[in-house]
Parts: sequence; C-alpha cells; structure tokens
Amino acid sequence: MNTKLRWGLLDAVVVVFALVPVLWVMSLSFKTAATLTDGNFIPRDWTLDNYKLIFQTDQFVRALINSIGIALISTVIAVVLGTMAAYAISRLDFPGKSLLVGVSLLIAMFPQVSLVSPLFNIERQTGLFDTWPGLILPYITFALPLAIYTLSAFFKQIPWDLEKAAKMDGATQGEAFRKVIAPLAAPGVFTTAILVFIFCWNDFLFAISLTSTEQSRTVPVALSFFTGASQFEDPTGAISAAAVVITIPIILFVLFFQKRIVAGLTSGAVKG
Amino acid sequence: MADIVLDKVTKSYPDGTTAVHGIDLEIADGEFVILVGPSGCGKSTTLNMIAGLEDITSGELRIDGERVNDKAPKDRDIAMVFQSYALYPNMTVGENMAFPLKLAKLPKAEIDKKVNDAAKVLDLTDYLDRRPANLSGGQRQRVAMGRAIVRSPKVFLMDEPLSNLDAKLRVQMRTQVSRLQKQLNTTTVYVTHDQTEAMTLGDRVVVMRGGRIQQVGDPQTLYDHPNNLFVAGFIGSPSMNFLPATVAEGKLRTALGDLPLGERMQRVLAAGDAPRELVLGIRPEHFEDAALVEDRQRSHGYEFTAPVDLVESMGSDKYVYFNVEGGAATSADLADLAADAGGADLPSSDQASLVTRLSAESRVRDGASTKVWMNLDKIHLFDPKDGRNVTLHEGRAAGVAAS
Amino acid sequence: MTIQQERPAVSDKPPARKKAVLSEGKRQERKLGLLLCAPAALVMVAVTAYPILYSFWLSLQRYDLKFPDQREFVWFENYATVLTNSYWWTAFGVTMLITVVSVVVELVLGMGLAMIMHRTIVGRGLVRTSALIPYGIVTVVAAFSWRYAWTPGTGYLANIFGDGAPLTERASALAIVILAEIWKTTPFMALLLMAGLALVPEDLLKAASMDGASGWQRFTKVMLPVMKPAILVALLFRTLDALRVFDNIYVLTAGANETSSVSMIAYNNLIKGLNLGIGSTMSVLIFLTVAIIAFIFVKAFGTAAPGSSDDGRR
Repeated sequence: MNTKLRWGLLDAVVVVFALVPVLWVMSLSFKTAATLTDGNFIPRDWTLDNYKLIFQTDQFVRALINSIGIALISTVIAVVLGTMAAYAISRLDFPGKSLLVGVSLLIAMFPQVSLVSPLFNIERQTGLFDTWPGLILPYITFALPLAIYTLSAFFKQIPWDLEKAAKMDGATQGEAFRKVIAPLAAPGVFTTAILVFIFCWNDFLFAISLTSTEQSRTVPVALSFFTGASQFEDPTGAISAAAVVITIPIILFVLFFQKRIVAGLTSGAVKG
Repeated sequence: MADIVLDKVTKSYPDGTTAVHGIDLEIADGEFVILVGPSGCGKSTTLNMIAGLEDITSGELRIDGERVNDKAPKDRDIAMVFQSYALYPNMTVGENMAFPLKLAKLPKAEIDKKVNDAAKVLDLTDYLDRRPANLSGGQRQRVAMGRAIVRSPKVFLMDEPLSNLDAKLRVQMRTQVSRLQKQLNTTTVYVTHDQTEAMTLGDRVVVMRGGRIQQVGDPQTLYDHPNNLFVAGFIGSPSMNFLPATVAEGKLRTALGDLPLGERMQRVLAAGDAPRELVLGIRPEHFEDAALVEDRQRSHGYEFTAPVDLVESMGSDKYVYFNVEGGAATSADLADLAADAGGADLPSSDQASLVTRLSAESRVRDGASTKVWMNLDKIHLFDPKDGRNVTLHEGRAAGVAAS
Repeated sequence: MTIQQERPAVSDKPPARKKAVLSEGKRQERKLGLLLCAPAALVMVAVTAYPILYSFWLSLQRYDLKFPDQREFVWFENYATVLTNSYWWTAFGVTMLITVVSVVVELVLGMGLAMIMHRTIVGRGLVRTSALIPYGIVTVVAAFSWRYAWTPGTGYLANIFGDGAPLTERASALAIVILAEIWKTTPFMALLLMAGLALVPEDLLKAASMDGASGWQRFTKVMLPVMKPAILVALLFRTLDALRVFDNIYVLTAGANETSSVSMIAYNNLIKGLNLGIGSTMSVLIFLTVAIIAFIFVKAFGTAAPGSSDDGRR
C-alpha cells in the first residue's frame, strides 16, 4: 500500500509538471478581457469571446489553413519518400547504403539556422519565398532522417523470411513489398506520420524566416505577430485561444496513440 | 515435376569466404532428397541457391533441363517451406494459402477449389478463417505446407520445416510429410541438421560438411557403408564408437585387444602408402553379451572382458557403457563431430567410453566385469589423416576379418 | 538451435563488390535499392548540401540587401568582423550556458522520469500520456504560456515570486528560458532513457541484490553501464538540439538584455538586418560549431553513436 502511495505521488508530480503550462494557456483563453490580467490560475469569468474573435479574423484562419496544409503535405511526402528509403536500407543490398544512413544522421543533427540564410536568398531568387513549397521543402528535408530512422527500425522487426516466402510464392520484389511488407509496416508508417506531422506542426524558425505575409504564415508565426497587431487591444486572450486551437491535434494524438508514439520515438532513436 | 541438376555449384561471398565448394548433385524427378549436416555445412545456402534466394557464384543449376541460374525465384516454379513457417500475419489461413495462386492470377473459383482441396488434405478446413497468430505450432506448420502444395510446383524445398515443433509432434509430422510427398510425387529437397529425420524421410541422403558433399546415398547405405569417418560418426544414434588402433604383426592392436585381420585387409594395410595409425569404428549394436551369442556366430567375432561403467535399460534392449583405457581416437573429422554435438563442452578424460547395445536378456550389472562379444564383420577402419574408410571395397564395407 | 549462424543473411553483407557477374535478381535488387533511395537522398542533399556551400560563398562577400550596390567579394573579412564582435561572443556564451545547464538538468530529471514511467505500478498510461504532452506541444505555445506566467500582474508565477519583472532581467530571464527548454524536452530525454532501461535484464538486478548491492549500487554499477549507449545517444541528440535554441528566446525575451542565442542573432542579422554576408558567416560558424561538437561526441563515444552500424545491433 505504501509503495503504491509513493508511486502515486511521484506520478502526480509528473502529471502536474507536464500539464500546468498547458492548463494555464487554456485558462487564459477562457478569461474575459477584464479578468485577463488578474493572475488567477482558474478563470473567474468564463467566456468564448477569444475563440470567436480569432475565427473571425483572416489572419488566424488563413494561418491555420496554411499550418494544416503545409504540415499534411510535408508529412505525406516525407513519409512516402522515407518509407521507400527505409525499406531499401533495411531489406536490400545496394552500394551507397551506409552513405545514405550517414547523411541522414548528419541532417538530423544539422543546425537549422545555418540553412536559413542561404535558403532565404535562394527562395527569394527562385520565387519560392513566402509560398507553401518554400516551407514544405525544408520540412521534408528535416523530417526525412526522422522518418528513415523510425521506419527502418520498424521494418527490421518484420521477419525477413516473409519476403523470401513471398518471392517463392511467385511475387516480384515489388509485389512482395506491396502485398506482404506494406500491410505489416502500416502501423509503423502511421506512427512515423504522427511524429513527422508533430515536427512540421511545431516548426517556428523556418516559418518565420521564409515567409513574410499571411499567404503562407503558419500558426506559430502568426501567434507571434498577434503581439502589437492593431486589430487586438490586448492580444493575450487571442494568442491563448489560438495556442489552444493548435494544441488540440497534439493532445488528440497523444491521447489516442500514446503507445505508438513512445514506441516510435524509442525505436528510432535507440536502435539507430 | 522436374529433375534438378547441380553442376559444380559454388557460393562465395565478397569477403572471401566460400560457403559451398563446387557441388555436383543430380536429383531425379519425384525424388525425396535430404541435405543433412552440422551447422555451417552449406546445406541451407545450397537450398537457397536452388530457390533463387541467393546467387550462384559459379557453376550451373538446371531444373527440368533448363539453366535457371539467373532466374528470379518466382520464375522457377518452386515452393518453399521455411523453418519459421513465414506465414503472413496479416492474412487468414485461407488467404495465406491462396496468396501464390492470386499472384499467378488464377480465377477466383479455381483458387477456392485448390485451397479447399489442400485444406482437406492437411486437415485445415476448420481453420481457414483464422489468423496464423491464433494457431498452434503444428497447425502453422501445416499451413506452411499447404501454401506450398496448393500451386502444384515443380519442386518443393523445405528448410528445417519441423525443427520448431516439440519432439512428439515432430515425429507425427515427419510421417505426414513423408506420406504427402509419396502421394504428390513431387521432387523435394529437404534440409535438416537432424540425422534421424534424414534417415527416416529421404529416398537419398546427402551428407555435407564445410561446404562439400561427403557422401550421397540411400539411408541404409550411408549407415552400413560410410565413406569416411565424418559420415560414420554423423549418421546413427547413439553414434559409432571410435578407438585408436595400430597394425602390428598381422594383427590390429587396440585397447580391446589384438584383433585378427583377414587376408584382404592385411594386403590393403601392407601397401606402402597405408596408414600405420588407424581409427577403428564400430556401432553399438554390433556388440553382444558373450553369454547370449550363439556358437555359429561366435566365430565371426572377438571377445573381451571389461568392467561395466553404466547400464541404461531401454526395455527393448540395454545400453551398456564401458570405460576403455588408452584414450580416445583423434582426427579432424571427430573434432568437427564433437563440436557439432556440443561435445567440446564436456569434461575430457583419458579414458574412452564405449557404448554398446546389448540384448534385453543380458544380465550385466553396474560395476561388474562382463565378457562382451563384438562382430568383426562390422568393424570399419579409418585413416585419421583424411578420414577415408579403408575397409571399403567397391563401396561395400566387409569388416576386418574378410578374406 | 544453432541454425541461425549458418545462414549468412544477405542483408548483413557489406555492399557487394563482386567480380562475378551478378544474376538478374541481384541486379534488380541493387537497382531497386538505388531507385527507392534516390528521391529521399536527392531532396536531403539538394536542401542541405547545396545551401550550406552557397552559404559559405555568401559569407565571403559584403552583401547587405539594404545596400545591394556595395556587394563585393571580401574573403574572410566577415569572419573577422563576427569573431571580434562582442555580441557574437555573448550570444555564444548564452547558447553554451543554456545548452550545458539544460542538458545536465534534463539528464537527471529525464532519468528520474524514465524510472517512473518504466517502473510505476499505478497509472502508467496516464504518466506516459502526460509526459508526451510537452514533447508534442508547439514550442511557441509553451513559450507563450511561460511568458504570461512570468508577466507581472498577468501571471500566477510572477505573483507568487513577488515583485519585479523577471523576464526583463538577464539572469532571471535566462533561467526562465532554461526552465522552458527543460520542460519541453525532458520527456524526450526520458523516453530515450526508458528505452535503455528496458534493456536492463530484470535478472541482472535480482542477481545484484542477491550479491548484496544496495539500490544506489544497483543503479550505478549495473543499470548505468548497460544503459550507457542509450544515455550517449540521448545526450548527443539533446545537446545538438539545445544548441539550436531559438523559439523560446524569441517569444520570451526577443533577445533583449543580452539573452540572444547564436541562432537568434543570426536570424536578426539576416531577416531583420537583411545583411546576407554577416548572416551567412554566422550560419557557417554555427554549422562548424555543431560539426565539431558532433565530431567530439562520436569520437569520444565511438561505436555507441547511432548510425555507426546500420545493421540492427539487437
């Protein structure tokens, strides 16, 4: 009984530590303009005004569309390319394999800010600056190592004999992949997609450096521009409401796919 | 159905190791051939080369008279059963068995019929809608067999298909595999490291060691007339007894006594290149309690007295162990065999242990000295340097006393 | 069974350099492998290798977008400018401070959290789910939460810790940045360490306690050595990640009161100052710093680094 209580206490500390900042933003988002600065953790007056406000402004709605669109497209492309590469790395024998693994490891460690200045200039010259593709490209690049590592780890767990068996059953290499390996790999691919989506959804540095207008600004960047923007008197409530909105998908992922995310993060990183 | 010909087939790896050294083997149409040998002997590599799962470095592989070295596995019309069964976990039993037929783009009705027929043969009809995860080991094994037989391929390849089953089930499945093969009459190559499986299943057995074929023959021939020390020691359970022996004054000097040599053996051993040091091999069942040997048989043998170390009564007969002074025979072949059996881990001793299989009526007891008869016609002599069986004459072994 | 070692699995072989003619199947396999990897490799190289070289090229020029006419090739003059500038070295110091403090604290807290997640007997799912929230949440969102929490009047934390505006004083502002970093990434550290914990065989710990090892001794003498590879990987990833600190500083202090990190001043020179030459010089310097630190890690820890062998070590 005693040990149970001790664990319970430790658990509670962790949960509080993890949740307080999130709850605080939530609390702010529900506060009325009058009570916004009272410093109370629990709102005295509840209101949905902040949410109504942000969904009436183009600035936020447009940013939300950009965020969703850019993150989804980047995720799809990165996962497709990553799946192909990870399959090749974990299953096939070809020259240059270890080079590819090395390069993706390098990119995983790459300081993103080092790319900001050249990309800024290149995109300005090619017309990619302040467009969706202008953000999707670097997102794919930095999501690929994550995708390749996580997927290779998942693919290595699939029994090798199955592919041989499929070949003996008359499948080509391609059919063996589509009909036998792909269905088994689907959970791993799905997990990887979640991780990649979180990564793209999260980015701030590229988004703030490679955009300049609402045309392709994502929510994290739009948030920082709410500050001092003329249409809001005090942006705190609006920022908090917007922050809660973009936190919702993360909370949903974590609630429904906790086990998968843990498996994905640990397998990719430790097995390398 | 088809015959398979391996013509100097070699497998070597980029790092310089060679797994299979120029194997020659002809497998007739409908034949059931077993590849057997200890771990690392190249049997699985050979099977994978026939399957097309591994490249052939040099030499030629012909199936049905056609060179298939460069053909992808799917174009060879071969079915394979894997040790791990390799059942697709995302498909039901029925879908697993239908998979090769679907890939071959057969019409639906025909697929269903073939799957149902195969399920009936293998007693799997009730499980067609289950997933492999919900089956027992024996059932999974049968599904793997079913997936192989549905498409009536030219050749079956089986890679230790029974080694994941428990002992009792393995014996049952062994007879089923054997019956199935007879019924379908499809050319089959079966890999195992278990010599009992090899002896009971195959029409012919290929004993391999270190990437080379040691001997090819039907089980009885391998048992009675082993080409060399390795085959002699590998085939048979309990295995053949080996003792050091030397030739002196027309007799064979061993720790059991001086054995008489027949005229032919004397001639063979007198030749200039004949070895002076020999290894004597004799199987446990070629000993008998001297008290039980009939008189007319007695003359073919030799009797000695030794203290009994241990008696194991099997009911039908008795395994009696004797300690023999003078140490164990040594040779590269024997070292290989010991390594495979895990014998290197056993404490070594100066005494060689002799295993004999005596009649159940024998009254031998632990510790007592007993007079034992051994059959001179069944003794093999091996050259410890190359393992060659020097008692073989035109492929037959006739013992040491033959004239 | 000993059958395993007998099969020289094709995948374990080093990239084939065979003299013999490759069969159709093998050729097909190599072709497919290259084909499957090509798109990913192309994207990664095109978006990193080319720009970093281009960045180096830009760093050798005087290139200010406000004065495009003065563009000129100046060799390493920009490097001299940056490396003799006190702002750069302040930012460098701040970045190092944030990295070292946050990684050390995260390692300790992460180890604790990993133990809790691994061993807790109550509410394991709840703990793991909560721990994932900081990992998943958008950094900017968390940063705003901390900012409002520490804003005098508005925030619950500012009110608790009395008067003054902590975000406007250098020491307390840096402490808050570090706190925000720790909160955000401790769970990630903990997850990596938990994977290492799972590798410690239960029997080993039992054996150690039978041999008379105390709880602390079991931790230091049995668990830590087994977990070493996982710890090193976690440290490497987190160190390089911490060096990139940007989002939190941008939102919390905007770099005021000498709290800028190197990423922050590179961004300021480039996007705010539109000075491509200086911005690129900083980019290159940051890249070199990270490369050196990564190199030291890999050298010091050798085979424990990920990617040193692409064949599964388990």
